[in-house]
Amino acid sequence: MGGRGQLEVREVAVAFGAVRAVDGVSLTAAAGRITGLIGPNGAGKTTLFNAIAGELRSQAGQILLDGHRLDGLPPHRVFAAGLARTFQIPRPFAGMTVLENLMTVPARQKGERFWMNWIARGAVRAEERAIRARAEAIMEFCGLAPVARSRAGAISGGQQKLVELARALMAEPAIILLDEPGAGVNSRLLDHLVDRIRALNARGMTFLIIEHNMDVIGALCDQVLVMAAGRRLAEGPPAAVIRRPEVIEAYLGGAAA
Amino acid sequence: MSGFASYLVFFLIVASIYGVMVLGLNLQWGYTGLFNAGVVGFYAIGAYGTAILAGPEREALVGGFGLPYPLALLGGMAATGVAALVVGLATLRLRAEYLAIATFGTAIGVQLVAVNFERLTGGVNGLIGLTRPGFAWFGTPGAYNLFFLGVMAVLVAAVFLALEAAVRSPWGRLLKAVREDETAARSLGKNIARLRLQAFVLGSIPIGLAGGLYVGFIGYVSPLDFLPILTFQVWAMLIVGGSGNNAGALLGAVGVWALWTMSGLAISRLVPVAWQSQAGAIQVLLIGLLIVVVLLVRPQGLLGERATVSREAE
Repeated sequence: MGGRGQLEVREVAVAFGAVRAVDGVSLTAAAGRITGLIGPNGAGKTTLFNAIAGELRSQAGQILLDGHRLDGLPPHRVFAAGLARTFQIPRPFAGMTVLENLMTVPARQKGERFWMNWIARGAVRAEERAIRARAEAIMEFCGLAPVARSRAGAISGGQQKLVELARALMAEPAIILLDEPGAGVNSRLLDHLVDRIRALNARGMTFLIIEHNMDVIGALCDQVLVMAAGRRLAEGPPAAVIRRPEVIEAYLGGAAA
Repeated sequence: MSGFASYLVFFLIVASIYGVMVLGLNLQWGYTGLFNAGVVGFYAIGAYGTAILAGPEREALVGGFGLPYPLALLGGMAATGVAALVVGLATLRLRAEYLAIATFGTAIGVQLVAVNFERLTGGVNGLIGLTRPGFAWFGTPGAYNLFFLGVMAVLVAAVFLALEAAVRSPWGRLLKAVREDETAARSLGKNIARLRLQAFVLGSIPIGLAGGLYVGFIGYVSPLDFLPILTFQVWAMLIVGGSGNNAGALLGAVGVWALWTMSGLAISRLVPVAWQSQAGAIQVLLIGLLIVVVLLVRPQGLLGERATVSREAE
């Protein structure tokens, strides 16, 4: 536990025209913990994720990872700063094997430079072997070893979620943002996924998770933040938060709308 | 040599020139997903570049440097690479579809220059009387063609092996990642723009090389050799042979060229004389039909791409 991965979101706002999708939200994902982000559909959770990951520009507020500003950085710089994210709908490189999906991730590989493959073959090969060994260890950990040589587009949706997690791990990030890891995953695979997230957390990995499945939130999170209509509604331990009247109303109101 | 054997040699030379072109397009489209709709333009730049550098000095023409053929060939390849670099840089920040329009426009532009810029290209007459490399060493055209086929075999093997070595690497893996999902590759921190530019330029160079080889083999160059149909043929070869597979690219070149020449022969024998003027259109229809059938029955082509691209991930 190096205390890495402390994410501070301060008064962040994202508007699309007149619609304030995220309206001055603050949250803290404490280093070494699993923080949940819940709320009815359209609450602005994924928009907030996109703002944190640099895919959307926030119009106001600050985003800090271990004290370093992330807001204003493009996605690849946010990624390089140690923040990896997965997508609600998995985006693996569908025509590539699971193994190659993972091996593509590490940054600044020598062999990614065209000429290095001609002038420094030995160094490229040594690096490739190290990357492959790490990819195999992560696939083993995630339970992906049996599909290592399958095309990522040909495995189940649940396995693709695991590929997303495994790809994020290849980057050795400080914090991982998971966008609905449980959606569309069968219950056996979901148990496996929850178990892996806990195992990673036990080794010190920080997580911020969007999830609708309250069993998953209850099993994983120490702290949850509830969003509704772009605003922060409540915060606290999951069991207590979901009993609060304003939270219940936001969910029922959201369902009725 | 019998008539058939000498025709076979001629056929294989032309097919292998196409093969070099298809290998170049395969790097661009098969591996990286770059849509080059102006293959013929880059082929023409390689051909004219080589011809201008190798040709003897002549009145009222720019060029005619009389360089030895291998040097002229390298010059033609370099000219193609520079042209690809300019087109690539101009379209780098645009969405992928714009590359198709830009390359198509390039091909039209090159064709117009070839026809109209007489002082450079010889206009509609083209550049004639180029010395065929090494022709003096051989007594007969038949023996010379056999020699040229040998040269082609070596060059095809060299281009094939160089491209295989290039793509079966982390670089090639990244090309494929860009092809599969540019957004995801970018979010992993990869420099997409540089990679696309590299693949586009490096893929254009074999296309230019093929143009220079064609000039060396035929001994002249004329704008009629660079019609848009050629781009269509090269694409057909890649799709039929197997996009994303270099062996498939070569197989497609030989297969489609065989079908093209045989259908031409069959049309001249079987189709009534009154329809002979439509023979070209019938050939295009046949190749179009072949593409449709392949896309329906075997969308990955005769030799589909392998799941694993980088050597160390086998």
